Amino acid sequence: MSSRELILKAVAENKPDLTALPEMDLSLTIRYANKIEQFIDKLKSAGATTCHQDSKLVLQNDLTEVKAQGKFIIDLLDIPHSKDWGDLHASQLESLDTCYLRAELGVAENGAMWISEKQMSNRLIPFICQHLVIVINEENIVNTMHEAYQRIETTADGFGVFIAGPSKTADIEQNLVIGAHGSRSLRVYVMGAVS
Amino acid sequence: MKVGLFIPCYIDQFYPQVAIATYQLLKKLGCEVFYPSNQTCCGQPMANSGFSNLTKGCDINFVKNFKGFDYIVAPSGSCVLHIKEHLKDGDNPIELEKIRHRMYELSEFLLDVLKIKHLKASFPHKVGMHVSCHGQRGLHLSSMSELVAPAYSKTEQLLNMVEGLQLLIPERTDECCGFGGTFCVFEEAVSVKMGKDRINEHLLNHVEYICGGDTSCLMHMEGILKRQELGVKTIHFAEILNSEL
Amino acid sequence: MIVKQHAEAAQEFIKDEARTDWHDETLWFVRHKRDKAVNTLPEWESLREWASQIKNHTLSNLDHYLKNFEERAISNGIIVHWASDAEEHNRIIHKIIADNKIDKIVKSKSMLTEECHLNDYLKSRGVKILDTDLGEYIVQLREESPSHIVLPAIHLKRQDVSATFHEHLKTEEGNFDPQYLASTARHHLRERFVESELAITGVNFAIAETGSFVVCTNEGNADMGVHAADIHIACMGIEKLIPKTEHLGVFLRLLARSATGQPITTYSSHFNKPRQGQQMHVVIVDNGRSRQLGRPDFRNSLKCIRCAACFNTCPVYRRSGGHSYHSTVAGPIGSILNPNLDMKANSDLPFASTLCGSCTNVCPVKIDIHDQLWKWRQQIVANGYVTSGKKAGMNGMAWVLSNPKLYRLSGTIVRWVMRKFPLVVNNRLNVWYKQREMPAAPEKSFRDWFKENQET
Repeated sequence: MSSRELILKAVAENKPDLTALPEMDLSLTIRYANKIEQFIDKLKSAGATTCHQDSKLVLQNDLTEVKAQGKFIIDLLDIPHSKDWGDLHASQLESLDTCYLRAELGVAENGAMWISEKQMSNRLIPFICQHLVIVINEENIVNTMHEAYQRIETTADGFGVFIAGPSKTADIEQNLVIGAHGSRSLRVYVMGAVS
Repeated sequence: MKVGLFIPCYIDQFYPQVAIATYQLLKKLGCEVFYPSNQTCCGQPMANSGFSNLTKGCDINFVKNFKGFDYIVAPSGSCVLHIKEHLKDGDNPIELEKIRHRMYELSEFLLDVLKIKHLKASFPHKVGMHVSCHGQRGLHLSSMSELVAPAYSKTEQLLNMVEGLQLLIPERTDECCGFGGTFCVFEEAVSVKMGKDRINEHLLNHVEYICGGDTSCLMHMEGILKRQELGVKTIHFAEILNSEL
Repeated sequence: MIVKQHAEAAQEFIKDEARTDWHDETLWFVRHKRDKAVNTLPEWESLREWASQIKNHTLSNLDHYLKNFEERAISNGIIVHWASDAEEHNRIIHKIIADNKIDKIVKSKSMLTEECHLNDYLKSRGVKILDTDLGEYIVQLREESPSHIVLPAIHLKRQDVSATFHEHLKTEEGNFDPQYLASTARHHLRERFVESELAITGVNFAIAETGSFVVCTNEGNADMGVHAADIHIACMGIEKLIPKTEHLGVFLRLLARSATGQPITTYSSHFNKPRQGQQMHVVIVDNGRSRQLGRPDFRNSLKCIRCAACFNTCPVYRRSGGHSYHSTVAGPIGSILNPNLDMKANSDLPFASTLCGSCTNVCPVKIDIHDQLWKWRQQIVANGYVTSGKKAGMNGMAWVLSNPKLYRLSGTIVRWVMRKFPLVVNNRLNVWYKQREMPAAPEKSFRDWFKENQET
């Protein structure tokens, strides 16, 4: 018998009597008076900087300024992307300074934003950049993770990630250090309905 | 109502004043109290050490002594919890079930059965509140800091009826004191460290007494307090509630 | 090699009382952060109940879900392996490495690979693995094992980390700044990520309906490894399954809040398919889990999502440190998992507890930890893993306590000896007496008083 067969046989023999999945009354879950405020608050607590704007001006300025610095940046805000970065290897992306991505959805309870593979073009990009900038439309902010999973199709692409802040660690004597192995900073632009 | 008084073995032997206070208090409040004189021990020390197979003698003796009462009351959360969860008697299953349902720890008996609202008691001292784990997490005598739920405490409710008493809560409201039955000797270092840490929190509140509902906890902390000559005394809440005006 | 039992190791740990206080306060603060976080959700207790029932259901239908997961995963291009035990898990991974002639390997946090001692297995075959979680990286440099499943270096102070980094990474001696130390680690590990050929990760949740799995990190090290490397191996115990994607809503809301008091980890990566040109493997491991599943009293322990909330709340763990549990998974959950792996070697663990019950209350999936600790004690004694001294003592106690006359006589004698010949009891042979005074020995027991004063 293969290990697969042995394991499945043991599990089948040893498992308890069948119990049902719970009836989950999601109306019990939290609803925020102001989802956007809660969302922004959570991101700030996680060490991100945020900007809630109706016009695209601040974002445009950000892009212009950063591009002017002459560093390696990737702008993926327009979908379909102007370039396919998919083939780039880690060594070619290592010097990536800033990247701009769009999030499909944000979650108020924890500041998490869903970015699927299509939006990031290359799976490594959101992690290997030094500075990450995410743009999200305010009408795409939901209350909780339950609502998030109802709205998005996490298997639409081969990979997707919820990002809720810049990378961090507290592994040295519980001292919080922002900037572990992923991005050292996160800027989030929450765009108002008008834009 | 006929109340059977269950006095844990170590209270009977080493802290009779707790049992006396419990007895007198129940009588004052109008109960007909009986003390089955052949009671011994609930069996918890053996059971908690992995030897529940050795508690048959204690179990049989317990059922023999305590059948036929309307209520059985004990000034100990851990002993009451043990009886409710682990008492076995294959020969007397009906008696066993009755005993389980009629078994009460003192504070829950006073509030939930006797439903007392006032007490003629006075204890003008600064008292630190120690929450004993088995009574709290096992019998739900008070709310638990881990859970998202409304706060309540049966012991505090009773102590708040006592004139002059100033009740002080330590910062870690319900951390274990470290007694833990035979743990107190088999893991002596951790046990004493836990006890010392609990005491230190009470010292920060400048209490004169540390009060609780389980004499086992109090005995352990008293041992440390005496060794370190800290002057703070331990007391069971039954003694406070029974103190005269 | 004789492994110190918990009591002895704990005693050693506590000798440095200041350090014990620091360890205790640090972990209590994590518990405190957890409390703050969970109290922001009025529905917290409902979430725990849902999670518990989802896991109960999953375990009751586990073979079905395992097959579903495998089928979907394979259809998505993932290669699925099955390992009966630790040895097989290690062999499978080694084979992938050898077949592909891999040299540069990074690993993000996986308690399962620790449990299987993967690093040592590979090292003895000339394969080096780099642990990339900062805490795991630190303990790997120090050649120690992690002392906490979420905060592996919680037992170390910044001075310890600084000394280690000075020795291995040539950081400035005496520079204890966590920012400086973490930046150095970032810099060193970044090169390793970029050049990595194979990356190993754990699995936080595997979803049966889609064949996908989720990996949660704050550091981003799992993703830095797997998205750079040509081969991704994800290791999971059979109990990591959940039925549906929507159930992630429940678990991702519970996990980080329970573990560190954060509302969610920085990254929650959802893996569905390998990227173009990449090999993605999942190794499904039993290693005693199916045996635990067959123990009605203990199968609940398989619901564990490895948050370590039980560690942080445990007053014993905080004052004895993870290494005193001599196992990959320490703390309360370790004490109910490890006796299943080796009852004799781990017979001390269920006794490293006062049964206070705090662990059960913080467990996001409602494992009845303290009840299982009690039940394991019965098993351990029934299997004879107890000293003859303890056994004799217990038998003696049971005999005295079940006999009213003998009980009364013993009590009277003991109290009399304590009053007349205190040195018989107050001496170094009496463990209680080491740091505590004995209780006073009254002349009359309560029963004596009752007979004299109340009976007519």
